[in-house]
Amino acid sequence: MKSTFAWKDHTSRRLLKDKAVLVGVVVLSLITISPIVLIISKLVVEGYQQISLDFLIENTPDTFEAMTAVANGENIPGGIANGIVGTLLMVVLASAIAIPIGVLTGIYLYENQGKFMANLTRNISDILQGVPSIVLGLISYLWVVKHITNGFSALAGSVSLAIMMLPMIVRSTEETLKMIPQTLKEAALALGVPYHKVILKVLVPTGFSGLSTGILLGISRILGETAPLLLTALGSSIINLDITQPTSAVPLLIWEFYNDPNMIGLIWSSSLLLMAIVLILNIVSKQIAGKRN
Amino acid sequence: MNSDKITKTVLFSVSILILMLAAGMLYSLVGGAIPAFKEFGLKFIFSGEWNPTEGEEKYGALPFIVGTLMTSFGALILCLPLSFSTSLFLGEYFRGTRVARILGLLVDLLAGIPSIVYGLWGFYVLRPALIEIGFGGRGFGIFTAALILAVMIIPYATSLSNEIISMVPNDLKEAAYSLGATRLEVITSVTIPNARSGIVAGYILAFGRALGETMAVTMLIGNTNQIPTSFFGTGNTMASVIANQFGEADGLKLSSLIAIGLLLFLITGIINAAGKLIIKKMN
Repeated sequence: MKSTFAWKDHTSRRLLKDKAVLVGVVVLSLITISPIVLIISKLVVEGYQQISLDFLIENTPDTFEAMTAVANGENIPGGIANGIVGTLLMVVLASAIAIPIGVLTGIYLYENQGKFMANLTRNISDILQGVPSIVLGLISYLWVVKHITNGFSALAGSVSLAIMMLPMIVRSTEETLKMIPQTLKEAALALGVPYHKVILKVLVPTGFSGLSTGILLGISRILGETAPLLLTALGSSIINLDITQPTSAVPLLIWEFYNDPNMIGLIWSSSLLLMAIVLILNIVSKQIAGKRN
Repeated sequence: MNSDKITKTVLFSVSILILMLAAGMLYSLVGGAIPAFKEFGLKFIFSGEWNPTEGEEKYGALPFIVGTLMTSFGALILCLPLSFSTSLFLGEYFRGTRVARILGLLVDLLAGIPSIVYGLWGFYVLRPALIEIGFGGRGFGIFTAALILAVMIIPYATSLSNEIISMVPNDLKEAAYSLGATRLEVITSVTIPNARSGIVAGYILAFGRALGETMAVTMLIGNTNQIPTSFFGTGNTMASVIANQFGEADGLKLSSLIAIGLLLFLITGIINAAGKLIIKKMN
Protein backbone atom coordinates (compact mmCIF):
# COMPACT_ATOMS: atom_id res chain seq x y z
CA MET A 1 0.00 0.00 0.00
CA LYS A 2 2.63 2.41 1.06
CA SER A 3 4.55 2.17 -2.19
CA THR A 4 1.40 2.86 -4.27
CA PHE A 5 0.84 6.09 -2.38
CA ALA A 6 4.39 7.15 -2.99
CA TRP A 7 3.96 6.45 -6.70
CA LYS A 8 0.74 8.46 -6.85
CA ASP A 9 2.39 11.31 -5.04
CA HIS A 10 5.27 11.32 -7.47
CA THR A 11 3.00 11.24 -10.51
CA SER A 12 0.75 14.00 -9.30
CA ARG A 13 3.79 16.15 -8.66
CA ARG A 14 4.92 15.54 -12.23
CA LEU A 15 1.47 16.38 -13.59
CA LEU A 16 1.31 19.50 -11.45
CA LYS A 17 4.69 20.64 -12.72
CA ASP A 18 3.51 20.00 -16.28
CA LYS A 19 0.44 22.18 -15.77
CA ALA A 20 2.41 24.91 -14.01
CA VAL A 21 4.84 25.20 -16.93
CA LEU A 22 1.95 25.36 -19.41
CA VAL A 23 0.40 28.22 -17.45
CA GLY A 24 3.80 29.93 -17.28
CA VAL A 25 4.29 29.63 -21.05
CA VAL A 26 0.86 31.08 -21.79
CA VAL A 27 1.33 33.99 -19.36
CA LEU A 28 4.82 34.83 -20.64
CA SER A 29 3.63 34.61 -24.27
CA LEU A 30 0.86 37.08 -23.51
CA ILE A 31 3.40 39.40 -21.88
CA THR A 32 5.53 39.09 -25.03
CA ILE A 33 2.83 40.49 -27.27
CA SER A 34 1.61 43.12 -24.81
CA PRO A 35 4.06 45.81 -26.05
CA ILE A 36 2.53 45.82 -29.53
CA VAL A 37 -0.93 46.42 -28.08
CA LEU A 38 0.36 49.02 -25.63
CA ILE A 39 2.41 50.87 -28.26
CA ILE A 40 -0.36 51.01 -30.85
CA SER A 41 -2.97 52.12 -28.32
CA LYS A 42 -0.63 54.83 -27.00
CA LEU A 43 -0.06 56.12 -30.55
CA VAL A 44 -3.77 56.13 -31.35
CA VAL A 45 -4.85 57.79 -28.09
CA GLU A 46 -2.21 60.52 -28.23
CA GLY A 47 -2.02 61.00 -31.95
CA TYR A 48 -5.45 60.89 -33.53
CA GLN A 49 -6.44 64.50 -32.73
CA GLN A 50 -3.63 65.96 -34.83
CA ILE A 51 -4.40 63.88 -37.89
CA SER A 52 -6.21 65.98 -40.49
CA LEU A 53 -5.86 66.96 -44.11
CA ASP A 54 -3.59 69.87 -43.12
CA PHE A 55 -1.35 67.42 -41.32
CA LEU A 56 -0.78 65.60 -44.59
CA ILE A 57 -0.39 68.54 -46.96
CA GLU A 58 1.39 71.28 -44.98
CA ASN A 59 5.02 71.69 -44.05
CA THR A 60 6.30 71.54 -40.49
CA PRO A 61 5.73 74.70 -38.46
CA ASP A 62 8.64 76.47 -36.80
CA THR A 63 9.14 76.21 -33.07
CA PHE A 64 7.62 79.62 -32.40
CA GLU A 65 4.33 78.89 -34.19
CA ALA A 66 4.08 75.61 -32.31
CA MET A 67 4.79 77.30 -28.99
CA THR A 68 2.09 79.95 -29.54
CA ALA A 69 -0.46 77.34 -30.51
CA VAL A 70 0.32 75.22 -27.45
CA ALA A 71 0.14 78.30 -25.21
CA ASN A 72 -3.33 79.10 -26.58
CA GLY A 73 -4.44 75.52 -26.08
CA GLU A 74 -4.87 74.89 -29.82
CA ASN A 75 -3.64 72.09 -32.03
CA ILE A 76 -0.20 72.75 -33.47
CA PRO A 77 -0.66 74.15 -37.01
CA GLY A 78 1.02 72.70 -40.07
CA GLY A 79 1.87 69.13 -40.88
CA ILE A 80 4.55 66.81 -42.13
CA ALA A 81 4.20 67.06 -45.90
CA ASN A 82 7.94 67.70 -46.25
CA GLY A 83 8.60 64.44 -44.43
CA ILE A 84 6.03 62.42 -46.36
CA VAL A 85 7.35 63.63 -49.72
CA GLY A 86 10.95 63.08 -48.62
CA THR A 87 10.23 59.55 -47.42
CA LEU A 88 8.46 58.72 -50.69
CA LEU A 89 11.31 60.19 -52.74
CA MET A 90 13.99 58.27 -50.89
CA VAL A 91 12.08 54.99 -50.74
CA VAL A 92 11.33 55.11 -54.48
CA LEU A 93 14.94 55.91 -55.27
CA ALA A 94 16.23 53.20 -52.93
CA SER A 95 13.86 50.67 -54.50
CA ALA A 96 14.97 51.71 -57.98
CA ILE A 97 18.55 50.93 -56.98
CA ALA A 98 17.98 47.82 -54.89
CA ILE A 99 15.22 45.93 -56.74
CA PRO A 100 16.98 45.35 -60.10
CA ILE A 101 20.31 44.44 -58.48
CA GLY A 102 18.65 42.29 -55.83
CA VAL A 103 16.39 40.37 -58.23
CA LEU A 104 19.20 39.75 -60.72
CA THR A 105 21.51 38.54 -57.96
CA GLY A 106 18.75 36.28 -56.66
CA ILE A 107 18.35 34.79 -60.15
CA TYR A 108 22.12 34.28 -60.38
CA LEU A 109 22.15 32.45 -57.04
CA TYR A 110 19.21 30.28 -58.12
CA GLU A 111 20.85 29.38 -61.43
CA ASN A 112 24.21 28.51 -59.92
CA GLN A 113 23.27 26.41 -56.89
CA GLY A 114 26.29 24.88 -55.19
CA LYS A 115 28.91 26.77 -57.17
CA PHE A 116 31.67 28.59 -55.35
CA MET A 117 30.86 32.10 -56.57
CA ALA A 118 27.19 31.69 -55.79
CA ASN A 119 27.89 30.42 -52.28
CA LEU A 120 30.29 33.28 -51.66
CA THR A 121 27.79 35.86 -52.90
CA ARG A 122 25.02 34.31 -50.80
CA ASN A 123 27.14 34.36 -47.64
CA ILE A 124 28.29 37.92 -48.20
CA SER A 125 24.72 39.02 -48.85
CA ASP A 126 23.60 37.30 -45.64
CA ILE A 127 26.29 39.07 -43.68
CA LEU A 128 25.34 42.41 -45.27
CA GLN A 129 21.83 41.84 -43.95
CA GLY A 130 23.21 41.93 -40.41
CA VAL A 131 25.14 45.18 -40.80
CA PRO A 132 23.63 47.78 -38.45
CA SER A 133 21.78 50.56 -40.24
CA ILE A 134 23.91 53.25 -38.61
CA VAL A 135 27.00 51.73 -40.21
CA LEU A 136 25.25 51.87 -43.59
CA GLY A 137 24.67 55.56 -42.86
CA LEU A 138 28.41 56.02 -42.28
CA ILE A 139 29.19 54.21 -45.54
CA SER A 140 26.80 56.33 -47.55
CA TYR A 141 28.21 59.43 -45.86
CA LEU A 142 31.72 58.41 -46.93
CA TRP A 143 30.64 57.55 -50.47
CA VAL A 144 27.87 59.89 -51.47
CA VAL A 145 27.86 62.87 -49.09
CA LYS A 146 31.61 63.37 -49.30
CA HIS A 147 32.28 62.47 -52.92
CA ILE A 148 29.15 62.63 -55.07
CA THR A 149 26.72 65.26 -53.83
CA ASN A 150 29.27 67.14 -51.70
CA GLY A 151 26.74 67.61 -48.96
CA PHE A 152 23.85 65.91 -47.23
CA SER A 153 21.33 64.73 -49.79
CA ALA A 154 18.33 62.57 -50.60
CA LEU A 155 20.58 60.46 -52.83
CA ALA A 156 22.86 59.66 -49.89
CA GLY A 157 19.84 58.65 -47.82
CA SER A 158 18.57 56.44 -50.63
CA VAL A 159 21.90 54.70 -51.06
CA SER A 160 22.04 53.72 -47.39
CA LEU A 161 18.44 52.50 -47.54
CA ALA A 162 19.11 50.61 -50.78
CA ILE A 163 22.04 48.71 -49.24
CA MET A 164 19.75 47.83 -46.35
CA MET A 165 17.03 46.50 -48.64
CA LEU A 166 19.29 44.65 -51.06
CA PRO A 167 20.05 41.46 -49.08
CA MET A 168 16.37 40.96 -48.25
CA ILE A 169 15.45 41.10 -51.93
CA VAL A 170 18.31 38.78 -52.94
CA ARG A 171 17.19 36.21 -50.40
CA SER A 172 13.47 36.36 -51.13
CA THR A 173 14.10 36.17 -54.88
CA GLU A 174 16.22 33.05 -54.54
CA GLU A 175 13.79 31.39 -52.13
CA THR A 176 10.86 32.17 -54.41
CA LEU A 177 12.53 30.86 -57.55
CA LYS A 178 13.50 27.64 -55.78
CA MET A 179 9.81 26.91 -55.31
CA ILE A 180 8.95 27.24 -59.01
CA PRO A 181 8.77 23.79 -60.66
CA GLN A 182 11.83 23.06 -62.80
CA THR A 183 9.56 21.70 -65.54
CA LEU A 184 8.20 25.17 -66.31
CA LYS A 185 11.65 26.48 -67.05
CA GLU A 186 12.60 23.35 -68.99
CA ALA A 187 9.46 23.61 -71.11
CA ALA A 188 10.37 27.15 -72.12
CA LEU A 189 13.98 26.21 -72.85
CA ALA A 190 12.84 23.21 -74.89
CA LEU A 191 10.85 25.58 -77.09
CA GLY A 192 14.08 27.37 -77.85
CA VAL A 193 13.21 30.50 -75.89
CA PRO A 194 16.31 32.60 -75.23
CA TYR A 195 17.55 32.67 -71.66
CA HIS A 196 16.70 36.29 -70.91
CA LYS A 197 13.15 35.72 -72.10
CA VAL A 198 12.83 32.67 -69.86
CA ILE A 199 13.73 34.93 -66.96
CA LEU A 200 11.42 37.77 -67.96
CA LYS A 201 8.44 35.74 -69.20
CA VAL A 202 8.56 32.61 -67.04
CA LEU A 203 10.55 32.98 -63.85
CA VAL A 204 9.64 36.54 -62.85
CA PRO A 205 5.89 36.32 -63.62
CA THR A 206 5.52 32.92 -61.92
CA GLY A 207 7.38 34.09 -58.85
CA PHE A 208 5.78 37.51 -58.89
CA SER A 209 3.87 37.19 -55.63
CA GLY A 210 6.93 35.91 -53.82
CA LEU A 211 9.08 38.70 -55.22
CA SER A 212 6.56 41.35 -54.28
CA THR A 213 6.32 39.98 -50.74
CA GLY A 214 10.07 40.34 -50.33
CA ILE A 215 10.06 43.82 -51.83
CA LEU A 216 7.16 45.03 -49.69
CA LEU A 217 8.81 43.69 -46.52
CA GLY A 218 12.03 45.40 -47.55
CA ILE A 219 10.20 48.69 -48.07
CA SER A 220 8.40 48.39 -44.76
CA ARG A 221 11.76 47.96 -43.04
CA ILE A 222 13.41 51.00 -44.60
CA LEU A 223 10.35 53.25 -44.19
CA GLY A 224 10.91 53.66 -40.48
CA GLU A 225 14.69 53.90 -40.56
CA THR A 226 16.04 56.96 -38.83
CA ALA A 227 19.67 56.37 -37.93
CA PRO A 228 21.20 56.21 -41.42
CA LEU A 229 19.20 59.25 -42.54
CA LEU A 230 20.62 61.34 -39.68
CA LEU A 231 24.03 60.86 -41.27
CA THR A 232 22.97 61.27 -44.88
CA ALA A 233 19.70 63.09 -45.68
CA LEU A 234 19.88 65.34 -42.61
CA GLY A 235 16.38 66.88 -42.96
CA SER A 236 14.73 69.95 -44.41
CA SER A 237 11.85 72.15 -43.31
CA ILE A 238 10.41 72.45 -46.82
CA ILE A 239 9.42 69.97 -49.50
CA ASN A 240 12.48 69.08 -51.54
CA LEU A 241 12.52 67.09 -54.78
CA ASP A 242 16.16 67.69 -55.71
CA ILE A 243 18.01 64.49 -54.91
CA THR A 244 21.29 66.37 -54.38
CA GLN A 245 19.83 68.48 -51.57
CA PRO A 246 19.12 67.72 -47.89
CA THR A 247 15.69 66.15 -47.55
CA SER A 248 13.36 65.36 -44.72
CA ALA A 249 11.63 62.08 -43.92
CA VAL A 250 8.86 61.13 -41.52
CA PRO A 251 11.18 59.34 -39.05
CA LEU A 252 13.63 62.25 -39.22
CA LEU A 253 10.80 64.63 -38.34
CA ILE A 254 9.83 62.46 -35.38
CA TRP A 255 13.41 62.73 -34.17
CA GLU A 256 13.32 66.54 -34.61
CA PHE A 257 10.02 66.81 -32.76
CA TYR A 258 11.40 64.64 -29.98
CA ASN A 259 14.29 67.05 -29.53
CA ASP A 260 12.09 70.17 -29.53
CA PRO A 261 9.85 70.53 -26.45
CA ASN A 262 7.39 72.76 -28.33
CA MET A 263 6.66 70.16 -30.98
CA ILE A 264 5.79 67.24 -28.73
CA GLY A 265 2.19 67.45 -29.92
CA LEU A 266 3.28 66.34 -33.38
CA ILE A 267 5.32 63.32 -32.26
CA TRP A 268 2.43 60.95 -31.75
CA SER A 269 0.48 61.77 -34.88
CA SER A 270 3.60 61.39 -37.04
CA SER A 271 4.43 58.10 -35.37
CA LEU A 272 0.86 56.93 -35.76
CA LEU A 273 0.97 57.65 -39.49
CA LEU A 274 4.34 55.93 -39.89
CA MET A 275 3.23 52.88 -37.89
CA ALA A 276 -0.02 52.61 -39.84
CA ILE A 277 1.80 52.56 -43.18
CA VAL A 278 4.43 50.09 -41.97
CA LEU A 279 1.86 47.74 -40.47
CA ILE A 280 -0.39 47.86 -43.53
CA LEU A 281 2.58 47.01 -45.78
CA ASN A 282 3.51 44.18 -43.42
CA ILE A 283 0.03 42.72 -43.37
CA VAL A 284 -0.46 43.09 -47.13
CA SER A 285 2.80 41.29 -47.84
CA LYS A 286 1.88 38.51 -45.40
CA GLN A 287 -1.49 38.18 -47.14
CA ILE A 288 0.19 37.83 -50.53
CA ALA A 289 2.58 35.25 -49.08
CA GLY A 290 -0.29 33.42 -47.40
CA LYS A 291 -2.33 33.18 -50.62
CA ARG A 292 0.60 31.67 -52.42
CA ASN A 293 0.96 28.81 -49.99
CA MET B 1 28.14 36.83 -78.63
CA ASN B 2 24.71 35.30 -78.39
CA SER B 3 22.01 36.58 -76.12
CA ASP B 4 22.30 33.73 -73.62
CA LYS B 5 25.89 34.58 -73.00
CA ILE B 6 25.01 38.25 -72.49
CA THR B 7 22.34 37.31 -69.95
CA LYS B 8 24.76 35.09 -68.08
CA THR B 9 27.39 37.82 -68.06
CA VAL B 10 24.88 40.37 -66.73
CA LEU B 11 23.82 38.02 -63.92
CA PHE B 12 27.41 37.25 -63.05
CA SER B 13 28.50 40.88 -63.00
CA VAL B 14 25.60 41.87 -60.78
CA SER B 15 26.65 39.31 -58.21
CA ILE B 16 30.22 40.58 -58.48
CA LEU B 17 28.71 43.95 -57.65
CA ILE B 18 27.47 42.57 -54.32
CA LEU B 19 30.96 41.34 -53.49
CA MET B 20 32.44 44.69 -54.51
CA LEU B 21 29.86 46.43 -52.37
CA ALA B 22 30.95 44.50 -49.29
CA ALA B 23 34.64 44.96 -50.07
CA GLY B 24 34.08 48.67 -50.73
CA MET B 25 32.30 49.07 -47.42
CA LEU B 26 35.20 47.53 -45.56
CA TYR B 27 37.71 49.55 -47.57
CA SER B 28 35.96 52.87 -46.91
CA LEU B 29 35.50 52.22 -43.20
CA VAL B 30 39.14 51.23 -42.82
CA GLY B 31 40.21 54.27 -44.83
CA GLY B 32 38.09 56.58 -42.68
CA ALA B 33 39.35 54.99 -39.48
CA ILE B 34 43.06 55.21 -40.30
CA PRO B 35 43.65 58.72 -38.83
CA ALA B 36 42.19 57.61 -35.49
CA PHE B 37 44.24 54.40 -35.37
CA LYS B 38 47.37 56.31 -36.47
CA GLU B 39 46.92 58.78 -33.65
CA PHE B 40 46.00 56.39 -30.86
CA GLY B 41 47.17 53.01 -32.13
CA LEU B 42 45.54 49.95 -30.69
CA LYS B 43 44.98 51.93 -27.51
CA PHE B 44 41.94 53.31 -29.31
CA ILE B 45 40.16 50.06 -28.54
CA PHE B 46 41.35 49.78 -24.94
CA SER B 47 41.25 53.38 -23.81
CA GLY B 48 38.31 54.59 -21.75
CA GLU B 49 38.91 58.26 -22.37
CA TRP B 50 36.64 60.35 -24.63
CA ASN B 51 37.75 63.94 -24.55
CA PRO B 52 36.74 66.20 -27.44
CA THR B 53 38.33 69.37 -25.99
CA GLU B 54 40.32 70.97 -28.78
CA GLY B 55 44.10 70.66 -28.45
CA GLU B 56 43.93 67.73 -26.06
CA GLU B 57 41.62 65.46 -28.02
CA LYS B 58 41.70 61.87 -26.84
CA TYR B 59 39.35 59.20 -28.06
CA GLY B 60 38.92 55.63 -26.89
CA ALA B 61 36.20 53.18 -27.83
CA LEU B 62 36.18 51.10 -24.66
CA PRO B 63 33.25 52.87 -22.91
CA PHE B 64 31.08 52.20 -25.95
CA ILE B 65 32.24 48.63 -26.48
CA VAL B 66 31.45 47.89 -22.83
CA GLY B 67 28.13 49.76 -23.11
CA THR B 68 27.19 47.81 -26.23
CA LEU B 69 28.01 44.46 -24.67
CA MET B 70 26.17 45.30 -21.45
CA THR B 71 22.97 46.44 -23.18
CA SER B 72 23.00 43.57 -25.67
CA PHE B 73 23.67 40.85 -23.12
CA GLY B 74 21.15 42.44 -20.80
CA ALA B 75 18.59 42.45 -23.61
CA LEU B 76 19.36 38.82 -24.43
CA ILE B 77 18.84 37.72 -20.82
CA LEU B 78 15.67 39.78 -20.43
CA CYS B 79 14.18 38.50 -23.69
CA LEU B 80 15.05 34.85 -23.08
CA PRO B 81 12.12 33.78 -20.85
CA LEU B 82 9.64 35.72 -23.00
CA SER B 83 10.80 34.62 -26.41
CA PHE B 84 11.44 31.04 -25.37
CA SER B 85 7.95 30.71 -23.93
CA THR B 86 6.57 32.19 -27.11
CA SER B 87 8.50 29.69 -29.23
CA LEU B 88 7.08 26.84 -27.14
CA PHE B 89 3.60 28.35 -27.44
CA LEU B 90 3.88 28.62 -31.23
CA GLY B 91 5.96 25.55 -32.03
CA GLU B 92 4.82 23.03 -29.45
CA TYR B 93 1.82 23.67 -27.21
CA PHE B 94 -0.50 25.37 -29.69
CA ARG B 95 1.15 24.45 -32.98
CA GLY B 96 -1.11 24.98 -35.99
CA THR B 97 -4.03 26.43 -34.06
CA ARG B 98 -5.78 29.70 -34.76
CA VAL B 99 -4.52 31.20 -31.49
CA ALA B 100 -0.95 30.42 -32.48
CA ARG B 101 -1.44 32.04 -35.89
CA ILE B 102 -2.70 35.26 -34.31
CA LEU B 103 0.05 35.29 -31.70
CA GLY B 104 2.62 34.62 -34.40
CA LEU B 105 1.29 37.52 -36.46
CA LEU B 106 1.50 39.87 -33.48
CA VAL B 107 5.07 38.79 -32.73
CA ASP B 108 5.97 39.43 -36.37
CA LEU B 109 4.44 42.87 -36.12
CA LEU B 110 6.84 43.64 -33.25
CA ALA B 111 9.60 43.41 -35.85
CA GLY B 112 7.79 45.97 -37.99
CA ILE B 113 7.73 48.74 -35.38
CA PRO B 114 10.37 51.35 -36.26
CA SER B 115 13.20 51.78 -33.78
CA ILE B 116 12.32 55.41 -33.18
CA VAL B 117 8.76 54.51 -32.18
CA TYR B 118 10.14 52.02 -29.65
CA GLY B 119 12.33 54.83 -28.39
CA LEU B 120 9.39 57.20 -27.98
CA TRP B 121 7.36 54.57 -26.17
CA GLY B 122 10.32 53.78 -23.94
CA PHE B 123 10.85 57.45 -23.20
CA TYR B 124 7.24 58.42 -22.52
CA VAL B 125 5.79 55.20 -21.09
CA LEU B 126 8.48 52.77 -19.91
CA ARG B 127 10.80 55.33 -18.32
CA PRO B 128 8.10 57.00 -16.16
CA ALA B 129 6.91 53.53 -15.15
CA LEU B 130 10.44 52.62 -14.04
CA ILE B 131 10.73 55.84 -12.04
CA GLU B 132 7.39 55.00 -10.44
CA ILE B 133 8.63 51.65 -9.17
CA GLY B 134 11.62 53.27 -7.56
CA PHE B 135 14.22 53.31 -10.33
CA GLY B 136 16.87 55.88 -9.48
CA GLY B 137 17.67 59.05 -11.38
CA ARG B 138 15.56 60.02 -14.34
CA GLY B 139 14.96 56.52 -15.54
CA PHE B 140 17.70 56.58 -18.19
CA GLY B 141 20.39 53.96 -18.33
CA ILE B 142 21.71 50.66 -19.53
CA PHE B 143 18.87 48.71 -17.92
CA THR B 144 16.16 50.83 -19.56
CA ALA B 145 17.85 50.51 -22.94
CA ALA B 146 18.27 46.75 -22.47
CA LEU B 147 14.61 46.41 -21.58
CA ILE B 148 13.40 48.08 -24.79
CA LEU B 149 16.04 46.16 -26.80
CA ALA B 150 14.71 42.93 -25.31
CA VAL B 151 11.28 43.68 -26.75
CA MET B 152 12.81 44.63 -30.09
CA ILE B 153 14.76 41.39 -30.54
CA ILE B 154 11.96 39.07 -29.44
CA PRO B 155 10.69 38.47 -33.00
CA TYR B 156 14.20 37.58 -34.22
CA ALA B 157 14.83 35.26 -31.29
CA THR B 158 11.41 33.66 -31.60
CA SER B 159 11.01 33.04 -35.31
CA LEU B 160 13.96 30.70 -35.81
CA SER B 161 13.58 28.67 -32.59
CA ASN B 162 9.84 28.35 -33.14
CA GLU B 163 10.48 26.96 -36.62
CA ILE B 164 13.12 24.52 -35.38
CA ILE B 165 11.00 23.40 -32.43
CA SER B 166 8.04 22.65 -34.66
CA MET B 167 10.31 20.59 -36.94
CA VAL B 168 11.30 18.09 -34.23
CA PRO B 169 9.96 14.75 -35.58
CA ASN B 170 6.67 13.62 -34.04
CA ASP B 171 7.90 9.99 -33.83
CA LEU B 172 10.48 10.96 -31.24
CA LYS B 173 7.96 12.82 -29.15
CA GLU B 174 5.41 10.01 -29.42
CA ALA B 175 7.99 7.50 -28.29
CA ALA B 176 8.54 9.55 -25.16
CA TYR B 177 4.79 9.93 -24.57
CA SER B 178 4.31 6.18 -24.91
CA LEU B 179 6.82 5.71 -22.10
CA GLY B 180 4.54 7.81 -19.90
CA ALA B 181 6.34 11.12 -20.13
CA THR B 182 4.37 14.29 -19.46
CA ARG B 183 4.40 17.07 -22.01
CA LEU B 184 6.97 19.02 -20.02
CA GLU B 185 9.22 15.96 -19.86
CA VAL B 186 8.90 15.52 -23.63
CA ILE B 187 9.89 19.14 -24.10
CA THR B 188 12.91 18.99 -21.80
CA SER B 189 14.16 15.57 -22.84
CA VAL B 190 13.22 15.37 -26.54
CA THR B 191 12.27 18.71 -28.09
CA ILE B 192 14.94 20.97 -26.61
CA PRO B 193 17.90 18.58 -27.08
CA ASN B 194 16.87 18.04 -30.70
CA ALA B 195 16.35 21.70 -31.46
CA ARG B 196 19.27 22.96 -29.37
CA SER B 197 21.63 24.23 -32.04
CA GLY B 198 18.82 25.96 -33.95
CA ILE B 199 17.67 27.69 -30.81
CA VAL B 200 21.22 28.81 -30.04
CA ALA B 201 21.66 30.13 -33.59
CA GLY B 202 18.43 32.11 -33.28
CA TYR B 203 19.63 33.79 -30.10
CA ILE B 204 23.02 34.56 -31.63
CA LEU B 205 21.33 36.30 -34.56
CA ALA B 206 19.05 38.19 -32.17
CA PHE B 207 22.13 39.25 -30.20
CA GLY B 208 23.64 40.54 -33.46
CA ARG B 209 20.51 42.64 -33.98
CA ALA B 210 20.77 44.09 -30.49
CA LEU B 211 24.40 45.15 -31.03
CA GLY B 212 23.53 47.55 -33.82
CA GLU B 213 20.19 49.02 -32.74
CA THR B 214 20.53 52.76 -32.65
CA MET B 215 17.60 55.10 -32.15
CA ALA B 216 15.71 53.48 -29.28
CA VAL B 217 18.97 52.95 -27.37
CA THR B 218 20.13 56.51 -28.03
CA MET B 219 16.90 57.85 -26.57
CA LEU B 220 17.08 55.79 -23.38
CA ILE B 221 20.66 55.02 -22.41
CA GLY B 222 21.53 58.42 -20.96
CA ASN B 223 24.39 59.18 -23.35
CA THR B 224 27.39 59.48 -21.05
CA ASN B 225 30.87 58.78 -22.35
CA GLN B 226 32.44 57.04 -19.34
CA ILE B 227 32.85 53.30 -18.93
CA PRO B 228 29.57 52.22 -17.36
CA THR B 229 30.05 51.05 -13.80
CA SER B 230 26.71 49.43 -13.13
CA PHE B 231 23.87 47.82 -15.00
CA PHE B 232 21.60 50.56 -13.72
CA GLY B 233 23.94 53.44 -14.59
CA THR B 234 24.01 55.48 -17.78
CA GLY B 235 26.28 54.87 -20.74
CA ASN B 236 26.47 54.87 -24.51
CA THR B 237 26.68 52.12 -27.10
CA MET B 238 28.82 52.11 -30.24
CA ALA B 239 25.78 52.80 -32.38
CA SER B 240 24.34 55.46 -30.09
CA VAL B 241 27.58 57.42 -29.80
CA ILE B 242 27.81 57.61 -33.59
CA ALA B 243 24.23 58.87 -33.84
CA ASN B 244 24.78 61.30 -31.00
CA GLN B 245 28.11 62.86 -31.83
CA PHE B 246 28.14 62.67 -35.62
CA GLY B 247 26.46 66.04 -36.12
CA GLU B 248 29.29 68.15 -34.76
CA ALA B 249 32.12 65.83 -35.75
CA ASP B 250 35.03 66.49 -38.06
CA GLY B 251 38.73 65.68 -38.23
CA LEU B 252 39.98 63.30 -35.59
CA LYS B 253 36.59 62.95 -33.92
CA LEU B 254 34.91 61.98 -37.18
CA SER B 255 37.65 59.45 -37.84
CA SER B 256 37.19 58.03 -34.33
CA LEU B 257 33.45 57.65 -34.91
CA ILE B 258 34.13 55.88 -38.21
CA ALA B 259 36.61 53.63 -36.39
CA ILE B 260 33.84 52.75 -33.93
CA GLY B 261 31.60 52.05 -36.94
CA LEU B 262 34.31 49.75 -38.33
CA LEU B 263 34.53 47.85 -35.03
CA LEU B 264 30.75 47.54 -34.95
CA PHE B 265 30.76 46.31 -38.56
CA LEU B 266 33.36 43.65 -37.72
CA ILE B 267 31.71 42.51 -34.49
CA THR B 268 28.24 42.16 -36.03
CA GLY B 269 29.78 40.48 -39.07
CA ILE B 270 31.48 37.85 -36.89
CA ILE B 271 28.38 37.27 -34.75
CA ASN B 272 26.17 36.86 -37.82
CA ALA B 273 28.63 34.57 -39.55
CA ALA B 274 28.74 32.41 -36.40
CA GLY B 275 24.95 32.19 -36.29
CA LYS B 276 24.72 31.30 -39.99
CA LEU B 277 27.47 28.69 -39.61
CA ILE B 278 25.53 26.90 -36.87
CA ILE B 279 22.40 26.91 -39.01
CA LYS B 280 24.35 25.53 -41.96
CA LYS B 281 25.87 22.76 -39.83
CA MET B 282 22.37 21.69 -38.81
CA ASN B 283 21.13 21.16 -42.34
